[in-house]
Amino acid sequence: MSALLELQNVSVAIGSAQLLDGVSLKLERGQTLGLVGESGSGKSLTAMAAMGLLPLIGGRVSAGSVRFDGQDLASLTDPQRRALRGRRIGFVTQNPMTALDPVQRIGAQIDVVSRLHLGLTKQAARARTLDLLTQLRIPEAAAVTEAWPHQLSGGMKQRIVIAMALAGDPELIVADEPTTALDVTVQAQIIQILAALVREKGVALLLITHDMGVVAQICDRVAVLYAGRLAEEGAVAPIFSAPQHPYTKALITCIPQEGMARGTLRGIPGAVPSARQYPSGCRFHPRCAKATAECAQQTPPLIPRGDGQAACLHLPEPAQ
Amino acid sequence: MTAPMLQIEALTKRFQTGGGFLKRPRAMLAVRDVSLTIAKGEVVGVVGESGCGKSTLARLVLRLLEPTSGRVLMDGTDLTHLHPSALRAARKRMAMVFQDPYSSLDPRFSVTDVLTEPFTVQRRPLPPGQIAEMLTAVGLPPEMATSHPHQLSGGQRQRVGIARALALRPEFVVLDEPTASLDVSIQAQIIDLLAGLRDQMGLTYLFISHDLGLVRYFCDRIVVMYLGAVVEVLPTAHAKPRHPYTRALIDSGFAPDPTRRRAIAPLSGEIPSPFDLPPGCAFAGRCPRASDRCRTERPVLDATTHPTACFHPL
Repeated sequence: MSALLELQNVSVAIGSAQLLDGVSLKLERGQTLGLVGESGSGKSLTAMAAMGLLPLIGGRVSAGSVRFDGQDLASLTDPQRRALRGRRIGFVTQNPMTALDPVQRIGAQIDVVSRLHLGLTKQAARARTLDLLTQLRIPEAAAVTEAWPHQLSGGMKQRIVIAMALAGDPELIVADEPTTALDVTVQAQIIQILAALVREKGVALLLITHDMGVVAQICDRVAVLYAGRLAEEGAVAPIFSAPQHPYTKALITCIPQEGMARGTLRGIPGAVPSARQYPSGCRFHPRCAKATAECAQQTPPLIPRGDGQAACLHLPEPAQ
Repeated sequence: MTAPMLQIEALTKRFQTGGGFLKRPRAMLAVRDVSLTIAKGEVVGVVGESGCGKSTLARLVLRLLEPTSGRVLMDGTDLTHLHPSALRAARKRMAMVFQDPYSSLDPRFSVTDVLTEPFTVQRRPLPPGQIAEMLTAVGLPPEMATSHPHQLSGGQRQRVGIARALALRPEFVVLDEPTASLDVSIQAQIIDLLAGLRDQMGLTYLFISHDLGLVRYFCDRIVVMYLGAVVEVLPTAHAKPRHPYTRALIDSGFAPDPTRRRAIAPLSGEIPSPFDLPPGCAFAGRCPRASDRCRTERPVLDATTHPTACFHPL
């Protein structure tokens, strides 16, 4: 059986700027794939490409293909793609504060998804909405459906956005930094909710995050992006125990951890380059401790490692 | 024990909002009855979620806000009742690094303008070569002096913010979430820089953050706030928490280690509105250990070496 979502060598361009360069990903049903990297590495663009939303920001897939359940998104018509989003692909945005319509009551905003995509009647849609809110452990669900967005807290709004994403009974949920705007204790609640959906409903989750901690806790696989290219991709456990790419390693070690002595935290020098000034060769070389003269000239290919792959000229020898 | 650099005594700030025709104003206590002593050379962390009063506390300490009651003493001088001209003189010794490097630098100022302003305000001559020296100290190339904020990355902007704070060689610096809007990779750079500058210049820091992991890495002592009040003071960065809220904050962090996966039992509920605080312990509604007493009586910090405001500490 083919993967639910598959990106093959996808490049994305906006105007003349090539922002994403040959990204390949696979996501199976019931799996969580973490997409990580610093701001500006192309995480959100990859998600937009996966949902066929690039035209919205004036972008296009300039090479490669995006397949959902075996179907090439490029071969679909606009109405067909629209029917896919909301129905089979649910989307959870980064900022719940701006994702809801401020002049519509909460219930109506969730109802419309199942009325549109599942063809439910008004009453059936409301019953489904109440059921979803209850599953997401929202207290007094009936009262919440009558509330306006401004009356709810940030964590509650994010749960509403998740309910909207679930209303069409999707097979894939794309969540773009779903907890960035939230408080620490509420972040933990939302991440738990998303992890439970994968476990209990068997949906596939594409989770965009900059937090390697979240990846370590709930993802099955992880793809590390840097400056529009895939640096490394593979199963979570080996990537954390033996990161192959120096960038992956650096991302893990810049998180302060329990028992770490002061002065041992190391950042990554410099900053992510802008798309118009990508360095030659390996794009990470100006910030990389392992870089040699070769790295500035040669673009490293993706080399299989374990069940994943990494793109670096100085990969450690494969373990026997 | 070294002499205290800063003494905060029963500091309280009440904000009033709303009010108007036929509408009664509502009041909230953003900071209530906070006392804290900071020794010279110490790094004290203040941690809590949004609305816990940590940024208000930071602003009260530097008297960017006027307290409703309570005092702040620096080396024995009461800052809260200083005359404006005396306050300006006292401000040479303290500085602040702001949370958002995108809005805390004037977009029309060049880096040189930004770094010259503290000298202008304090009517001091700018020593020759000072700008280049300051930029080098925060790890920026001296050529950047002519740049404008929009030409800099977030990390570079925050370095300029730090250089500005240190321009007059202060002794005490309030760091108000200096890395909250930066990537983790850049956050680590900035923390590294702040630690180095502290050693070189003998600085005392009050470090405000919502990230307990970061605070435990960087600070000597940690103050945990919840809804305007201090609930616990951890005497060392790695002291075991006694307050259930601190425990919950630690448990809410995700360790970057897939071999230590754990089913976190996240706190239920969210922070109540500061406008209608419950009568007892503010945390009682979300606390797994709460009893009837917690809902009616407000716990105060106990007088131990590990002060905790809880009737049922861990």
